[in-house]
Amino acid sequence: MSRYRIPGKGRVDHGAPVSFTFDAKIYAGLRGDTVASALLANGVHLMGRSFKYHRPRGAVTAGSEEPNALIGTSRGKGRFEPNTRATVQELRAGLVAESQNKWPSLSFDLGAINDRAYMLFSAGFYYKTFMWPKSFWDKVYEPVIRGAAGLGKSPTEPDPDHYASRYLHTDVLIVGAGPAGIAAAMAAAQSGADVTLVDENPEMGGSLLSDPAVQIDGKSAWDWIDAQLGRLRAAGVRLMTRTTAIGYYHQNMVGLCQRLTDHLDSPPKGAPRERLWRVRARQVVLAQGALEKPLVFDGNDRPGVMLAGAAQTYLHKYGVRVGDTPAVVTSHDSAYHAAFDLADNGARVAAIIDTRDEVRPDLLDGARSRGIEVLAGHTVTTTTGRLRVKSVRAAAVRGGTVGGGRTVPCDCLLMCGGWTPSLHLFSHTRGSLVWDGGGQTFLPDRKTEEVEIAGAGRGLWGYDPVLADGAAAGLRALEGLGRVGHPAGFHVTNDRPGTGTSHAELPTDGNPGKARAFVDFQNDVTAKDIRLAVREGMRSIEHVKRYTTNGMATDQGKMSNINGLMIAADALGKAPPQVGLTTFRPPYTPTSFGAFCGYLRGETFQPTRKTPIDPWAEANGAVFEPVAQWLRAWYFPKPGEDMHEAVLRECKATRASLGIFDASTLGKIEVAGPDAVEFMNRLYTNPWTKLQPGRCRYGLLLGEDGFIRDDGVIGRLSPDLFHVTTTTGGAARVLTMMEDYLQTEWPDLDVWLTSTTEQWATVALNGPNALRMLQPLVQGVDWNDFPHMSCADCTVAGLPARLFRLSFTGEIGFEVNVPARHGLTLWTALMEAGRPYDICPYGTETMHVLRAEKGYIIVGQDTDGTVTPADAGLDWAIGKAKADFVGKRSLSRPDIVAKGRKQLVGLLTEDGSLLQEGAQIVLDPDQQTPMKMVGHVTSSYHSTMGHPIAMAVIEGGFDRMGETVFVPMPDGVRKAKITSTVFYDPDNTRLKA
Amino acid sequence: MLLIHCPYCDDTLPELEFTYAGEAHIARPADPSALSDAEWRDFLFIRTNARGPHYERWRHVGCGRFFNALRDTVSDRFLMTYKAGEARPDLNNPTLTREAAE
Repeated sequence: MSRYRIPGKGRVDHGAPVSFTFDAKIYAGLRGDTVASALLANGVHLMGRSFKYHRPRGAVTAGSEEPNALIGTSRGKGRFEPNTRATVQELRAGLVAESQNKWPSLSFDLGAINDRAYMLFSAGFYYKTFMWPKSFWDKVYEPVIRGAAGLGKSPTEPDPDHYASRYLHTDVLIVGAGPAGIAAAMAAAQSGADVTLVDENPEMGGSLLSDPAVQIDGKSAWDWIDAQLGRLRAAGVRLMTRTTAIGYYHQNMVGLCQRLTDHLDSPPKGAPRERLWRVRARQVVLAQGALEKPLVFDGNDRPGVMLAGAAQTYLHKYGVRVGDTPAVVTSHDSAYHAAFDLADNGARVAAIIDTRDEVRPDLLDGARSRGIEVLAGHTVTTTTGRLRVKSVRAAAVRGGTVGGGRTVPCDCLLMCGGWTPSLHLFSHTRGSLVWDGGGQTFLPDRKTEEVEIAGAGRGLWGYDPVLADGAAAGLRALEGLGRVGHPAGFHVTNDRPGTGTSHAELPTDGNPGKARAFVDFQNDVTAKDIRLAVREGMRSIEHVKRYTTNGMATDQGKMSNINGLMIAADALGKAPPQVGLTTFRPPYTPTSFGAFCGYLRGETFQPTRKTPIDPWAEANGAVFEPVAQWLRAWYFPKPGEDMHEAVLRECKATRASLGIFDASTLGKIEVAGPDAVEFMNRLYTNPWTKLQPGRCRYGLLLGEDGFIRDDGVIGRLSPDLFHVTTTTGGAARVLTMMEDYLQTEWPDLDVWLTSTTEQWATVALNGPNALRMLQPLVQGVDWNDFPHMSCADCTVAGLPARLFRLSFTGEIGFEVNVPARHGLTLWTALMEAGRPYDICPYGTETMHVLRAEKGYIIVGQDTDGTVTPADAGLDWAIGKAKADFVGKRSLSRPDIVAKGRKQLVGLLTEDGSLLQEGAQIVLDPDQQTPMKMVGHVTSSYHSTMGHPIAMAVIEGGFDRMGETVFVPMPDGVRKAKITSTVFYDPDNTRLKA
Repeated sequence: MLLIHCPYCDDTLPELEFTYAGEAHIARPADPSALSDAEWRDFLFIRTNARGPHYERWRHVGCGRFFNALRDTVSDRFLMTYKAGEARPDLNNPTLTREAAE
């Protein structure tokens, strides 16, 4: 039995020991423990070092608001997690836990030198300290800060666990299964409504689990909880434990994170670690209770100093006495009950130091009967103890003056500065708060959602009013659903009502400039820091927060916000509501990235679109590259070939004889209807009226701003039917743009738009032998009238086909479209028919090289949303006689016709080396930095011509033909000559062959 | 996540099914060539950037239709949605205020 465990007490299983390690030492705990409760049972308070000063720290809470006791946990490879709260992590067999922010060891830490140098680390120290000399930033400050910064260690391996996602629709969602939440659920469930009750803890019951002596309706608190949960279960209420409501979003959508396996000794194979729920609730009841506030005094952060309510929880839930001789300092009645319960369980309470002059007589009686000295009207000025608190100095305060103090020896110090209603989720909805002067706290005010707030979450105290309030909130939620319920009453005996006062820092007779009185434990912010921030001109609480980092740690200031506000308000001489409160944002507690990702990772990150020909490419060794949502065959390496060799071979084979390419991903849209030609005239830059059926034309699409949006070859199959092709990535965008104009600008046009991208499989044939090879397979085409840029519905290899004669390579080219289901059949037939011509399958890289050699642009690679047709040398594609088309007016805007625009040109390096795509271009490499950059490389490839080629946009490029520019690259500056973008067959002789 | 009413499907559906499409009631000029550079610039780029109720366009990806909406940019609440081509609703219309309150 561990030294501080009380036999038989608590909700832990005393017959089920669980062993675990902390900093490589083996400890024994019990089933039902958290890491924190098990360590405390073994007398271990020192659990970590603080972030900035590396001060020794222990658990200060027993819940998810814990700022100090952050540990790293691991369960084998890839399953290391930093910053786990020891107060939340349930014990499991073999758990490996380690403390953080220490070196070489937790009890002797070199980083604690920061604590001696604390004067250097005051508020805003980053802004002040690291300013000068400037040259120190890169070499000294930045590496040192990086080395020291951050809480815990980042995991270094991919997370092998998987995470689930679910949606849930429910009538009433109740957050928090304490007394108010359970009462609300009872009220809401009675009418048959669909009710969901969630709680972040492993067990429901909330504060009642720590107050077993309270009696409700004649039952002890714990029996009452069991009975109510049984009734809720019987009524069909969904009860979810280990489930944190992390965020409250629009229209009553609440995000829940359910932890499924972290508490298990060995998780079932394949079980998800966590599940993220997106809950849409018609009504929400927030019954999140209140969080206890620390008191702010010198040395309030030593291990052994903790919240009184936490000590009470460790005692009743875990059967752990946090110390033998606790002292108590409080400004609220609730701490007396912690002191009494500890005294009744074998502790000798050293003293109760109450900051208030008047103490309720029944509490004084309770203390007297237990032999506990009460020091009313006292303050705490300091504590002692290096790795564990040893004593506390109490001093009387008379008329605002701190009198002589005395030292009270103790082995732990329980503090209570009152309670803060937990309004985080309510704040997510932008519900407004109102300052309650009596309770010295913020309460919920104006609501923006269908939500009720019940119990301690709206400032109530004592089980009787909280239960009644929970039931009333449940009834109001029912009414919101249009249902009726009956009010329920509860009879509470042994209730623990209480009130208290709030403080800024506790008064002291010491030097306030030297006081280490912590407000934010996790970010090491002291009261002095906040006052300094105000002195240095911070007026808004938002500025104070950012300057001091108060409330900016992973606990989002659950414990520190109100104390920080009270001190800032005091320093400013204003009332707290005039200083205001910072906004809480989701998530309520730190949430794993895995939970947010859910299924959206790896292969299921997004859908992968497949063409009908992909199986052939996979079977024939293709290497794939992602293009939009597709994985496209990139190149087809033969054994021993690298990418460069494979691509060069594919290029040469296509130029020499015949290449075959899967172009199925091309976007395809059918524009049909009596007004189809008018629609095309208005949308695309080109003229379409005179395009005869059976012919195609390169089409260019602009935005209204005149910049190139998309392009593609468009065939006219009949007077009222156009087959539009788009870039692979632009298909959906182009259809949306077409729909937009058709629906909203020209609804009078009789036109139908249909996406046919996935209806057609498209195979491109290119090379001098393309026509020769294809001709025998085609029926229904008059070859005497099928020149370059023609199209026809016909059959190819016996398959119904839509045949285009066009080229994206500069060779004779065709694109054969067949219904997608025939795609693989067509490909196989063409491969067979092409064998006499040494047909060569090629991938997207070869396609890119061949098109670049011809100077054909790729929208989105050679253009970037600021390129006009003129900039790209595509003036010829504009129907100059047309009165209007989308973007036409912009082509005469002053900035578009101005000189010095970046224009698309070719580049050839002087030394024959390959440029990097994206590399910047300068006219003079010897100019002063920052240099004037005149453009950048947009495309760059090895080519079939024995030297690399590149395209680039360069200011005034068309007027610089033959000039030399400079391209600074990581391994040196390259000289390059500006050329035409057409490197291969500029006279198009090969197309006509 | 918002719930948005598609006036064509007459169904209230999650925001995931919708995309934003800019400010509403900005008609493309019938003859852009008749506009001055400044007028065309205003058509292209100048928007209301309202604080409060804002007329805007949305597209329901499910049915593919563009429609108009009146959304409060402060509360991020949809006050109403209506079909493309319908007149701009009057902000002082009491029915609208009532719907907004609901």
